[in-house]
Amino acid sequence: MPRVLTFLPAVLSALAALWFLGFASPVADGETLTWSRVWIEGLGIEVAFLIDGLALTFALMVTGIGALIFLYTAVYFKGHAKLPRLLVLLSLFAVSMLGLVLADDAITLFVFWELTTITSFLLVGFDHEKADARGKALQALIVTGLGGLALLAGLILLGFEAGTFRLSEINAMGGLTTAALYVPIVVLVLLGAFTKSAQFPFHFWLPGAMAAPTPVSAYLHSATMVKAGVYLVARLSPALGGTDLWIWSLTLFGAVTMIWASVLALKQIDLKLMLAYTTVMGLGALMMFLGGESRYATAAAATFLVVHALYKAALFLTVGLIDKGTGTRDVTRLGGLARAMPITMMIASIAALSMAGFPPLIGFIGKELKYEGALAVATEPLLVATAALLANAMMVACAGLVAVAPFWGKRGDTPKTPGDVSVWLWIGPAVLAALGLWFGLMPDTLARVVVNPVVDSIAPGTKDVELKLWHGINVPFLLSLATFALGIVLYRGRAEIRAALNRPGFGGMPAADVFEALLAAFKRFAAWTARTVQGGRMSVYLRVAFAMLALLVWGAHLVSPAETLPPPGQVALIPLAVTGLILAAGFVVLVTNSRLYGLTALGIVGAAIALIFVFFSAIDVAITQLLVEMLVVIILAVALVKLPAMPFQRHFRAGDALIATALGIGVAFVVAAVLTRPFDARITEFYEAASLPDAFGRNVVNVILVDFRALDTLGEVAVVLVAAIAAVAALTAGRKSRRGEGGE
Amino acid sequence: MNSTILRTGSRVLLPLFLIASVLILLRGHNEPGGGFIGGLMAVIAVALHAIAAGPEAARAALRVEPLTIAGIGLLCAVAAGFWGIAAGGDFLTGVWPLLTTTPEGDKAGLPVGSVLLFDTGVYLTVLGAVSAILFALEDAVYAEGDD
Repeated sequence: MPRVLTFLPAVLSALAALWFLGFASPVADGETLTWSRVWIEGLGIEVAFLIDGLALTFALMVTGIGALIFLYTAVYFKGHAKLPRLLVLLSLFAVSMLGLVLADDAITLFVFWELTTITSFLLVGFDHEKADARGKALQALIVTGLGGLALLAGLILLGFEAGTFRLSEINAMGGLTTAALYVPIVVLVLLGAFTKSAQFPFHFWLPGAMAAPTPVSAYLHSATMVKAGVYLVARLSPALGGTDLWIWSLTLFGAVTMIWASVLALKQIDLKLMLAYTTVMGLGALMMFLGGESRYATAAAATFLVVHALYKAALFLTVGLIDKGTGTRDVTRLGGLARAMPITMMIASIAALSMAGFPPLIGFIGKELKYEGALAVATEPLLVATAALLANAMMVACAGLVAVAPFWGKRGDTPKTPGDVSVWLWIGPAVLAALGLWFGLMPDTLARVVVNPVVDSIAPGTKDVELKLWHGINVPFLLSLATFALGIVLYRGRAEIRAALNRPGFGGMPAADVFEALLAAFKRFAAWTARTVQGGRMSVYLRVAFAMLALLVWGAHLVSPAETLPPPGQVALIPLAVTGLILAAGFVVLVTNSRLYGLTALGIVGAAIALIFVFFSAIDVAITQLLVEMLVVIILAVALVKLPAMPFQRHFRAGDALIATALGIGVAFVVAAVLTRPFDARITEFYEAASLPDAFGRNVVNVILVDFRALDTLGEVAVVLVAAIAAVAALTAGRKSRRGEGGE
Repeated sequence: MNSTILRTGSRVLLPLFLIASVLILLRGHNEPGGGFIGGLMAVIAVALHAIAAGPEAARAALRVEPLTIAGIGLLCAVAAGFWGIAAGGDFLTGVWPLLTTTPEGDKAGLPVGSVLLFDTGVYLTVLGAVSAILFALEDAVYAEGDD
């Protein structure tokens, strides 16, 4: 791949970002743009897209941050053999994510949702030679995939309840909160959102996903994909929000996630893993504020959404720079890098100041808004505000760990001699960090283009939210001061805190352990099923198959019993005699001690059944039955030579007898019940009438087989061939082929 | 199995069985019979020969590897399907190139075409597939055998 091509995704993404930026002005004026096309007509499913404030904000993040990350990736992995694969996967992901946030149809949204799950799986497992990366990729796939299934069920229920799959129509209709299926819809949709956005207790997959290359983590597992759950909750909150269930679920799960992830973040020594936990914290905060139900809380969520994406992507990329420059991400080994990597230090400092919420960065405004929003939430302002205060203080400490600890103090012992990296690598994080500063100084732009349009999409109202650096001395400002003080105390005591948190027996990853245990139990169950049902012995297979058939037949009887049984008709003497023959031969099969007798008796059963077909004028069936019977006897006779002699004493097997009796009587009942229904002869009449004029054959059976329903026959013939290939393979396995000796 | 009577008899019976199987294939469209039954009949002929003269002799008599025969059969059936498309119909639409329409609107001529090709495919697949299983089984039995 020519080197210049590796920059193509970045260029395309930047162009897309500019294109989306063109919508900013009309959207800010309250316009929404839609586009739709019928997809599956009968089900009312469309491919529908919509651009409103919420969708546009996400689209700008996906394409804008995407452009910078694609550029970074192309340089970071310069000359790497798998760079093209990485870029293609990242681009596929970007398109999926874009589709997700622009979708206006629930099913369209779900399809893109699953595409992000799949591309994320491929990206986490990018280093697929490593067992750890594969395991973590699978873990992420299973957790988010199960959530996706729940979401699908939730969206379908929602669509049925609303009568449409158009999200904008669903949001506009109202009254869904009193619908009969409201509770299951909310539970299922939130399951999807919580798994995708790594909310407690599903948070463990996101740190695991750090097995991905750093640019991937920055893009998917921090700035974009993990926010899909947040997006979904925001998108559906006009339709589903406002109830106690909704508000409390979001507030509680968000708050718990936020606090717990902050604690776990302080525990980490790998900078990237620490950032992953702070991402989980950010997602928890977003969920919590979306449950706030006031325009202030929503504005806090909208602002923090952008703030977080900017500083977190910048910090992830910075950690990548540190990793590339020094060869390690271990915070205990890093120190004193400011002189060697001044540019990296500058970027990290600006981004971290935003993360810690210092003025004049946008992070400060975001944090003030959080406190304002927390005090305005509908449920428990005190609880939310306290949770936010604690989490923010821990964020201050984490910011210190990322931006202060590696760059100042004693020179650490690193595998490589540290040095700044090329301009093309640091330009991406630099732009992101600079945006954080710019928005902080010019908050009105952000308010007009992003925050208010987003708030309008989620919680319609008239009063615009203002973003200001200086609000005067009020409660949020005092809380900010408390945050800084507490954060600095936590940072100074970081070593002790980390040691305390890493004490054996504390915390760990209980959720991940539970997940692994469940997975292992499921695998054991699967192995047990395979052993039991697929026992490898013919008698086991037959027992399972016949027992299931008996259950089915009797189940059908019990669910819809036949009203009457047919009156006993006159049975001619000869069929009666043939039936007696079948019974006698069957009895011989049961009691004989000789395989040869048994085989012969089975042949008699088959031949007698063929005779019965003859009585009912089914000559073709009779001939087929007879020939198959002959072949079975021949083939079994060949095998007979090798089979061991029958055990002399055959014991009575009660279980098998029960299955056989149940199945036999059940089938007899079914046949009798079928005869009570009036016979619909239309199909028969059609074939009889059409066979000769249309297909030039008088044998209706054969004409059906080779003409009217030839496709069925083709399938069956293919099955015969496949079965033969399998049988030959099984029979010749492990043995030298004898073909060369005989034959031609 | 070493039986002079069977060996001698099968030498006469084998061609008769095979001729009968082809007859059954051909008459199937109007009388009981058809590709499946014809194929089974042919297999029985092969099986008889294999029992009388041994699987190697039966293989030699077939001349072509049985799975190859089965594969050709499936190809015939699929080809009959595409013939239908080529003639402007759907997949597997019957085509009778030798039929003509008389001025009275009746059909005249030999009703032979894609449907017979399809049925021949069924015949060959059944013949090849079941023979292959039979030979493999006999190989397995005699390879370890003490015969």
